Amino acid sequence: MSKTVIELQGIKREFIVGEETVHALRGVSFSIKEGEFVTIMGSSGSGKSTLLNILGCLDTPTAGEYLLDGIPVRKMTKNKRAVLRNRKIGFVFQNYNLLPKTTAIENVELPLMYNSDVSAAERRERAIASLKAVGLGDRLEHKSNQMSGGQMQRVAIARALVNNPAVILADEATGNLDTRTSFEILVLFQKLHAEGRTIIFVTHNPDIASYSSRNIRLMDGHVVEDTENRNILSAEKTLAGLPLNEDE
Amino acid sequence: MNGTNLFKIALRALANNKMRAFLTMLGIIIGVASVITMIAIGQGAKKSIQDEISGMGSNMIMIHPGGERRGGVRLDASEMQTLKVADYEALREECIFLTGISPNVTASGQLICGNNNYPSSVSGVGTDYIDIRQLNIGKGEMFSETDIRKSAKVCVIGQTIVDNLFPDGTNPIGKIIRLNQVPLKVVGVLEAKGYNSMGMDQDDIVIAPYTTVMKRLLAITYLEGIFASAVSEDMTEYAIDEITEVLRKQHKLKDGEDNDFEIRSQQELSNMLNTTTDLLTTLLACIAGISLLVGGIGIMNIMYVSVTERTREIGLRMSVGARSVDILAQFLIEAVLISITGGVIGVLGGCGASLAVKWLAHWPVYIQPWSVVLSFAVCTVTGVFFGWYPAKKAADLDPIDALRYE
Ligand SMILES: Nc1ncnc2c1ncn2[C@@H]1O[C@H](COP(=O)(O)OP(=O)(O)OP(=O)(O)O)[C@@H](O)[C@H]1O
Ligand SMILES: [Mg+2]
Repeated sequence: MSKTVIELQGIKREFIVGEETVHALRGVSFSIKEGEFVTIMGSSGSGKSTLLNILGCLDTPTAGEYLLDGIPVRKMTKNKRAVLRNRKIGFVFQNYNLLPKTTAIENVELPLMYNSDVSAAERRERAIASLKAVGLGDRLEHKSNQMSGGQMQRVAIARALVNNPAVILADEATGNLDTRTSFEILVLFQKLHAEGRTIIFVTHNPDIASYSSRNIRLMDGHVVEDTENRNILSAEKTLAGLPLNEDE
Repeated sequence: MNGTNLFKIALRALANNKMRAFLTMLGIIIGVASVITMIAIGQGAKKSIQDEISGMGSNMIMIHPGGERRGGVRLDASEMQTLKVADYEALREECIFLTGISPNVTASGQLICGNNNYPSSVSGVGTDYIDIRQLNIGKGEMFSETDIRKSAKVCVIGQTIVDNLFPDGTNPIGKIIRLNQVPLKVVGVLEAKGYNSMGMDQDDIVIAPYTTVMKRLLAITYLEGIFASAVSEDMTEYAIDEITEVLRKQHKLKDGEDNDFEIRSQQELSNMLNTTTDLLTTLLACIAGISLLVGGIGIMNIMYVSVTERTREIGLRMSVGARSVDILAQFLIEAVLISITGGVIGVLGGCGASLAVKWLAHWPVYIQPWSVVLSFAVCTVTGVFFGWYPAKKAADLDPIDALRYE
């Protein structure tokens, strides 16, 4: 039915630290179709971040091939990968990584600044639309240091959306947030999923798996579990059931 | 990629750190301002000396008695009396490269007119003198060849003499002034020339026929010097050769014998002074250039710190699709913006400082357009040169490492 966005064929990633070789990924193969919401779990050091960096074209595998939207990435030059990231990837980080002293809208505009096909007017328009989509339509001119963690992460998500990417990659995007705010972010991801976006979400929290459509478990550089979730819970409902924080 | 966007990005980054950007600029500002001011002062000195020399007649040639002076040897009196009126007449007859020639003898003393007196001197000269020295008659007239022939007791005076001897404003023409009991009738007044750069009053002057000064005031038969002017500045060399030839013949000097006179040209003097002032300018510019260099190193230092401090930002930019060239360009643009802005402020500051020196210290100051252009170019080059290393360092960062940087 829907097309394959990501295809990994025997991906290996080795790091050489001094005399030793660290096998972070030992042959990972799977494919992800458009519109999937995949959570990747596994213990610390199992290779989740390494995998995500490769998926995000920040890193190249030592062996194996990776096709993003049908484009083979492994042999690409650094510059081509940068352009690919700019057009096809949206990143959300655990620590938000917003530019300091910069307004929400400017942060969201950032990926489009590196795309000369987008005019200044269009850039602004898309950034505003993106911020509205994450519920921050009224915070456009707020600077990064004038926002809460949850709001900063929303700005980061808006920034990941603004280039209309083939896939959104999140590495422990809720890791720094309290339970309630985490669920608010999760509601947002579910909304994006419902809109048909492809999401790969690395997390430590096993509960989150039940809100995604598929769960991949890594252990020691191998995929040890890959299950489809037919019974997706609604984060919105869970959120409604949570006790209200006084300061929210 | 997109120049305007990169420019905007760099501008934003600078705006986020205004104070730091300004402090970084300070080095460039001071450097550029001092280059411009120093060159303006140096060239001001040069130009004022040049103006003065050409005001005195740039093709003027001075002939003095006595051979070429050799270190410390005192000249005896007879050696100082080698120039005669006959020499002057011979030069006047024979030299074709000269447009004007005048003898020169000087008598000093107290000038007296009625109740007023003023210490000065009277120069005994020929009629060509005013052309050679580029003097102009303001009132009355110059004395004539007839006056010279008759050793007439007449004179032409400068404005300072008028001010001191006729303080009540009476017309000096036709009045009698006295020097050492000899009465001289004032026939003309020279146009005022003001002070020269060495602080000499050029209007403190009285000229009279040389015959009058020689016979009536000094009772001598030799000349203290001869002033002449060459046909043009370029012809000065030929004129000097010609004069040398005529004088050697006059003085019956044999081949191999040293000249018993000395010829100096204004051009020679001006060349010498130019060399000196150029050296001065170069020296000043070098000192100022060093401060510009220090300013450049300041930029490198700050940019270097800034790259380290903004490692995560660089990582983020790379993760959203900035290529190495984009990062390189951003940091280079930042460095160049700092140095160009510093350059603009420095140019304004330098011009301001130059004018301040001009108005407050009354120094002759000439702002050189080329020094503005030069320091501006140097600035930009400085920005690129010193910004390159930190920018390259930023561009070469690995995105993952940069994102993880603590
Ligand atoms: N740049 C690197 N150089 C050397 N070894 C590395 C590097 N990056 C990761 N590794 C190693 O690869 C393995 C996988 O690391 P990775 O960061 O992918 O783990 P993770 O699953 O994301 O862990 P966590 O849940 O703690 O974030 C680890 O053993 C780690 O030490
Ligand atoms: Mg990790």
